[in-house]
Amino acid sequence: MKKITIVDYGSGNVLSAQKSFIKITKDNDIEAEVLISKKLNDVKSSTHIVLPGQGAFSTCMNGLKKTDGLIDELCEFALIKKKPFLGICVGMQMLAKTSEENGVFTGLGWIDGQIKLLPRDNLKLPHMGWNLVIPKNSKYNNLISFQNDFYFVHSYYFDCADKDNILAETKYGTNFASIVGKENIYGVQFHPEKSSSQGLNLLKEFIRL
Amino acid sequence: MVKTRIIPCLDVKDGRVVKGINFLNLIDAGDPVEQAKHYSDNGADEICFLDISASLEKRDTMVNVVEKTANEVFIPLTVGGGISSIENIHALLKAGADKVSINSAAIKNPNIIKQASEYFGNQCIVVAVDAKKHNNDWFVYSHGGTKKTNLLALNWIEKIQDLGAGEILLTSMDKDGTKSGFDNVLLSEVSEFLKIPLIASGGVGTLDHFYDGVVKGKADALLAASVFHFNEISIKEVKKYLKDKNINIRD
Repeated sequence: MKKITIVDYGSGNVLSAQKSFIKITKDNDIEAEVLISKKLNDVKSSTHIVLPGQGAFSTCMNGLKKTDGLIDELCEFALIKKKPFLGICVGMQMLAKTSEENGVFTGLGWIDGQIKLLPRDNLKLPHMGWNLVIPKNSKYNNLISFQNDFYFVHSYYFDCADKDNILAETKYGTNFASIVGKENIYGVQFHPEKSSSQGLNLLKEFIRL
Repeated sequence: MVKTRIIPCLDVKDGRVVKGINFLNLIDAGDPVEQAKHYSDNGADEICFLDISASLEKRDTMVNVVEKTANEVFIPLTVGGGISSIENIHALLKAGADKVSINSAAIKNPNIIKQASEYFGNQCIVVAVDAKKHNNDWFVYSHGGTKKTNLLALNWIEKIQDLGAGEILLTSMDKDGTKSGFDNVLLSEVSEFLKIPLIASGGVGTLDHFYDGVVKGKADALLAASVFHFNEISIKEVKKYLKDKNINIRD
């Protein structure tokens, strides 16, 4: 029995993430409970954690900090117990050490790197829409084998310090890391819950970990 | 690079589709969820619901529709029509909408764009503009295209962008319903200065029109209603056509 918890800290559209996991588990006869919660006990007893995120980096980090002990519990889950953890969009960006969105802010720091603004060079921001995600050769890649289009909405990207943490890249002006990973910790810049069947497949791979 | 998006738009009144697919034996052709699912299965890159309910109470049913749609449809969903407050926006986003499209409310109180984009992030705030040409200028219309304002469309769109809109949904009222193609002159004039994505709407009737919207109008996304609903053109055909002409399209 899997217990998938989507961390609820007041960030945007968490319902879609929940519904996509419910859909996958139903369609694939995977016995699972899919929760939206910020209770420490739920985090503790989960098999998989999903950290969503929408809006500004600092707002999201502050949202996480608002629940006493939540960050510690997430650290315990991901860094000590080393159970599968997935950050989506700003949830992925929060895995970085710092972000330069509207200032300089500290993130969780689980994957070495910095969140930077995409270079504008005549390109529209946010980078919004479907774009190709190309898997890279990385020892940490258990999520994606084939290239496919996924749905993106973001203006900042994860500049990884260690290239091994780049599981996939996407081109928008520059090549940026669209999937990052390190051991049991994963982050996707796009929205798998909004990326049709290929998105659901990726989430399925995650819950199989 | 990012793909050009094809977006079918469904008109929903009191929770039921009134302008939607007319060619399939859907079990319940009035069900927005079933229609949205059909389009998603056939390659739509996003879905747009336009709520044309007459009363505020009936608009609450849209929240239910959105919630049910989010159970079945896993591509981005934009909801527009009659959105007048931050509370409306919050309820729709919470129910599973990815973006909301604001029109008349933004004309009445432009500050709602700033408030909403600061609060929810600009990625989910689409501002819809209905424009009609008088002499040599395009003017903005409000209330579903029934009331002319004194706003010049180009000025207004620049202002919307400055206030923090994430996207512009631009409908040419001169072209809407004519099946003579998008207003590519209007679109390209807007594209000249726009730094956020532009969705073209109004006038599409043939495959060529989609192509022209991208190449001449320089739109990032193309919205259409009747040609899809009446199966005059399928989304798959549009995508194949554009792809064959080297437009960057999602398979």
